[in-house]
Amino acid sequence: MINDSTEAEGLTPTDINELVNVVKKIHGFDFSGYSKASLKRRITRVMQLKKLEFYDLKHLLVNDPVFFQHFLEEVTVNVTEMFRDPHFYKALNTQILPYLSTFQHIKAWSAGCSSGEEVYSLSILLREAGLQNKSFIYGTDINTEVLKEAKKGIYSLRKIKSYAENYQYSGLPGTITDHFTILYDAASIHTELKQNTLFSVHNLISDNVFNEFQLISCRNVFIYFESHLQEKILDLFYRSLCPLGFLCLGSKEAIRSEAFKKRFKTINSKENIYQKIGA
Amino acid sequence: MELNADIKRRWQNSKVLLLAGSAGSFKLLFHAVKHLPRDLNKTVIIIIHRKKNFFSEIEKLFAENSRMYLREISDKDIIDSNSIYIAPANYHTLIENEKQFSLDVSEPVWYSKPSIDVTFESAAEVFKGNCTAILLSGANQDGAEGLLKLRNNGSLTIVQDPTDAEMRDMPMAAININAADYVLKASEIFQLLEV
Repeated sequence: MINDSTEAEGLTPTDINELVNVVKKIHGFDFSGYSKASLKRRITRVMQLKKLEFYDLKHLLVNDPVFFQHFLEEVTVNVTEMFRDPHFYKALNTQILPYLSTFQHIKAWSAGCSSGEEVYSLSILLREAGLQNKSFIYGTDINTEVLKEAKKGIYSLRKIKSYAENYQYSGLPGTITDHFTILYDAASIHTELKQNTLFSVHNLISDNVFNEFQLISCRNVFIYFESHLQEKILDLFYRSLCPLGFLCLGSKEAIRSEAFKKRFKTINSKENIYQKIGA
Repeated sequence: MELNADIKRRWQNSKVLLLAGSAGSFKLLFHAVKHLPRDLNKTVIIIIHRKKNFFSEIEKLFAENSRMYLREISDKDIIDSNSIYIAPANYHTLIENEKQFSLDVSEPVWYSKPSIDVTFESAAEVFKGNCTAILLSGANQDGAEGLLKLRNNGSLTIVQDPTDAEMRDMPMAAININAADYVLKASEIFQLLEV
């Protein structure tokens, strides 16, 4: 039964800290730099869905590794779309790809890729621009479960239907179904669009540079982090980009830090696309 | 009609004005934005349901017609005490603390993103009883639960009279769970805000 006072007041900052410490100690995941408001909302959501009191939640987090995977999935938001913010893809296509096409190789990193929709959107974009043969896209996430979905590249028809409108606004020719094989109530991304992709686990908070990229896209991930953590990850991205490589953040996530404003040139201020310049 | 002393006092004492609406609320919100005085000295947060993928001209139109500083919220924006903020389409707007917003892209609530409930609940936790929240016309039930939380935390809660609203479902949903301190017609709401 949910206690009335818990219901009225919700989790206290002390409760949240306690959970963050438990998760860090036992599972090695550090949520301490996460935005408190959304973290609290996500944890409250898990408690409501599973009808748990705070004490039960702590107990499960300590003793049940399977529950922890589920907790991780719920707390880290995995809402994504193909061609999310279609005007971003339009900007990539017209402003960035002509520049990237002059590179010998195009390595792209979709950081926080969740179930892979952004990786395949990039793959379609590069293919349509005739750049697929010299490009490779890495998709990373901290969550192994969503990466399994990403690797499959199979999405429900209901989802594909909702992505179709985005595709139309992105300015690409044809329709989104041109890139999928439809099987009953699901759609599978064409094999050739998967060939130049690789999905693997990477934790933006604790893991380091693993390659050099011409393009990094990390959209709607920073919103979950406090400013100091955003800066730490900006540094990781800076070090992971080749000279004059491009960084794409979400449309509501501008670079705010003065130190980093000097190290990136703004290419598109509406879509928050930046280019790495001298240190 | 003369508004009672209680509602006037509580409006004057509040530090934050939350204005929310869905279908049928645009004109009312525009009117409020247009007439709020430059020196209101309150933080105004507007949540209006809208469709994604349409570069809406709402911010532009509102900003051009407002005497207060007005902008669409970006992640980690600082909350000023004398400005109007509009929740962006496709994100939920959370109140991180008394000085900062943060955005969230998780699943829609009542098919809505931005959701009024999400922002209202967050405001209730952070601003406690310091808000005046006004829920206008709309065709679903978003906002009702959030408004109840605000009322329970001591904020002044006002719902547009369903008989006066273009779409009555949203105001009705709030009234049905007893989330409203006052049920007012649009003209009375404007009279209170003196706009």
